[in-house]
Amino acid sequence: MRIELRKWSLLLGAAAVFALPLPSWAQLTIFDLDTRLGTESHIGNITGHAKDAAAPYRRYCVGCHGPLGDGEGENAAWMEPPLLPKPRNFQLGIFKCRSTPTGTLPTDQDLFDSIARGFDRSSMPQWSTFTKQERADLVAWVKHFSPRWAGEKPGTPITIPPEPEVTPERIKAGRDVFARVQCWKCHGVLGQANGPSAATLTDDLGRPIAAFNFTEGSRPKCGDTDRDIYRIFMTGLDGTPMPSFSDNIKPDEAWDLVFYLRTLMKPNSKEKQMAKQLGLKPVDPNAPAGQQ
Amino acid sequence: MRVLRHFHLRSISRFATSFVAVALVLASVVLTCSQPANALPAFARKYGLRCSACHESWPMLNYFGQKFKDNGYQLMNDRDAPIWQNPSYWPVTFRITPIWHRVSTGKVEVDTYAGGAATGGSAIQRISTSGFDLSGLDFHTGGVLEKNISFYLLPSSDPTGAFHFEQVFGRLDNLWGSSWLNIKLGRFELDNLLSEKRILTLTGNGGIYQTYHFIPVGDGNIFGQIGDNQFGLEYMGHSWDDRTRISASLLSSNDGNVNLSTSANAYTGFFAGSQAFDTGRLGVQRVGFYAMVGEAATYYLTSGGVPLGGSGISNKGFSREGFVGQFYFGQHIDLQVVTQHGSDNAWFGQGYGNAILSDGNGGTTATCSSPTPGCPLNNVPGTALPAGSRAPSWNGVTAEGHYVYSPQLIFIGRFEAERMSQQATPGTASNLGNITTYTIGYRYNPFMTSRAGFAWHNEYNWLHQDGTGPTLGLTSANVNTSEILLGFDFDF
Repeated sequence: MRIELRKWSLLLGAAAVFALPLPSWAQLTIFDLDTRLGTESHIGNITGHAKDAAAPYRRYCVGCHGPLGDGEGENAAWMEPPLLPKPRNFQLGIFKCRSTPTGTLPTDQDLFDSIARGFDRSSMPQWSTFTKQERADLVAWVKHFSPRWAGEKPGTPITIPPEPEVTPERIKAGRDVFARVQCWKCHGVLGQANGPSAATLTDDLGRPIAAFNFTEGSRPKCGDTDRDIYRIFMTGLDGTPMPSFSDNIKPDEAWDLVFYLRTLMKPNSKEKQMAKQLGLKPVDPNAPAGQQ
Repeated sequence: MRVLRHFHLRSISRFATSFVAVALVLASVVLTCSQPANALPAFARKYGLRCSACHESWPMLNYFGQKFKDNGYQLMNDRDAPIWQNPSYWPVTFRITPIWHRVSTGKVEVDTYAGGAATGGSAIQRISTSGFDLSGLDFHTGGVLEKNISFYLLPSSDPTGAFHFEQVFGRLDNLWGSSWLNIKLGRFELDNLLSEKRILTLTGNGGIYQTYHFIPVGDGNIFGQIGDNQFGLEYMGHSWDDRTRISASLLSSNDGNVNLSTSANAYTGFFAGSQAFDTGRLGVQRVGFYAMVGEAATYYLTSGGVPLGGSGISNKGFSREGFVGQFYFGQHIDLQVVTQHGSDNAWFGQGYGNAILSDGNGGTTATCSSPTPGCPLNNVPGTALPAGSRAPSWNGVTAEGHYVYSPQLIFIGRFEAERMSQQATPGTASNLGNITTYTIGYRYNPFMTSRAGFAWHNEYNWLHQDGTGPTLGLTSANVNTSEILLGFDFDF
């Protein structure tokens, strides 16, 4: 009996010793990444090469995104969401700003634009000083962190119909959409990011995240043109509670919503003036459906 | 014999192998044992960026850092205004440099002694001295008071702890939402692309750009030094991506000295412009120009023989102009070039203008109360220029190259030449005062974070100047000076 026990103890001990490195095997290492240095990006007629972006990544990006692209650079510890979001974990291959449908990979152009645009309400500045070639190389470098690009192709960019003329009716219709798809639950009835769900929002990694405040004057994360705003709610911001509404909103309604959101945003706009002339009131969360 | 030779060859081979192995290990320790690779840490802390994001090597700016500075120390996002900062954030950085250096100056005239008594004669000899030393202390504090209103305040001490204000200014940024409208008022560095205040070298002669400070031997113009911080008002504009930059400054011709004591009622203009080009994998190349055109006093009224501060009269003109180039050859090599053509009015060439000088700490001191015996006759209103006096002129070039192994390790090499093209006094040796100097060195940052900067600094400078040594026979000796410096350069 004692021999039997000793034998099992030995076996368990050996299993424990061999199992110890398993968690680290599951982690991406620099050696794994070296095998992906051939990753390319294609921006117009420029081809970016991951191997050429190692030095600029180390100079400009590694402090936040970390040597392994996992968003665990030395500055990450000082960033406290929701006021200051944590750096993106490139290994997951999940990106907020895409022209492609929710759940799909972004295009190279999407990543290229994101680098130059930067992100308000985060530590990511506008890296507009790079040459186009350097940015294309960095796009390839970002891609090489995630195995998703090896097995998946980027989604097909959504089609954005031409922007219609703004009319008071469209702005009122946009307010109805705002009420119907319950934007106010997170963004608040005045767009001040104080809806009933706002305090409870977390991203896919369980970190607190703030809804966009339309009234404080900062740029929407994925661009501030009307087309950018249209794109944001039709593709969603992957990894965040902001879903894609492409199944719930028709393209025409989406433009109406863009016009209504402009009435909430800080810079004075023709939409804002039209709303003022209309005497447009904020949505009433308690109003019956269709009776705003 | 063959056995011996074979043994000898094997020993050499073994020694060579060991030597190469040790060298490789040392090189690898220096080059690779570094943590992943940092500057004004106050800015880095504010934005959570490494020093390397803005600095080619701290303190020299890279293109992104230049854009950050041009935007008024703002990244142009919603986090610029201090209201977004953690209340414990303190926009202050301290910088100091403990060093060991050895300075060797050739051809110094020294008294001679014999039998314990002075002979009354002199000899020429080289003086070399070495020891541990300290730089001054800089308190950098700067940033944004409110979105688009920035400031910089730099109290700076000499190694004895005597303080002055090296840099003080407020800046209105992006007026009416345009990056083309920025106004700065105070004491600031001129818009030099190759910034002397961000120089990578620390020795006495290598720690400045000779081209920025050159004046002919005997010249009294202390006002046209483009490397010194100056009092004035600067307009600056730039494109959104900083590819195009222009600036124009109106400066007091007082060499940055306080209390209007030097050269009152005289003004200087400084103009600069540059354009950058995207050259793909080579990087961003920039070419530009600068011009400084001004007037400054040549006389001061006196009281009891002592020049009176603020009483400068009889303004005369001077100019400095040149081209600037910043050329990048990929991710590791770059070359920075500045040229200069300088010219001073003949009165400056004869030594007029410097009767009141900087005391080195931002203040001034009367240096000459002519006609006190021993003083040059450079402050007697109404005197005439010596016959044949001419406007001195010269040409200079600075070429500084860098090999950036990584953001943590940079090798520096610089060559400067200043050549007189016309001396103020006919018959003066045409090369009198010419300067040739080179500087080599490296800076190694063992760590790089957004919290502090630390560099191990090694540097050697050699400077040669024609004809400024003691007179030997009929001609003055050329002087060679060299300095080697090792130290820690850190800020936090």
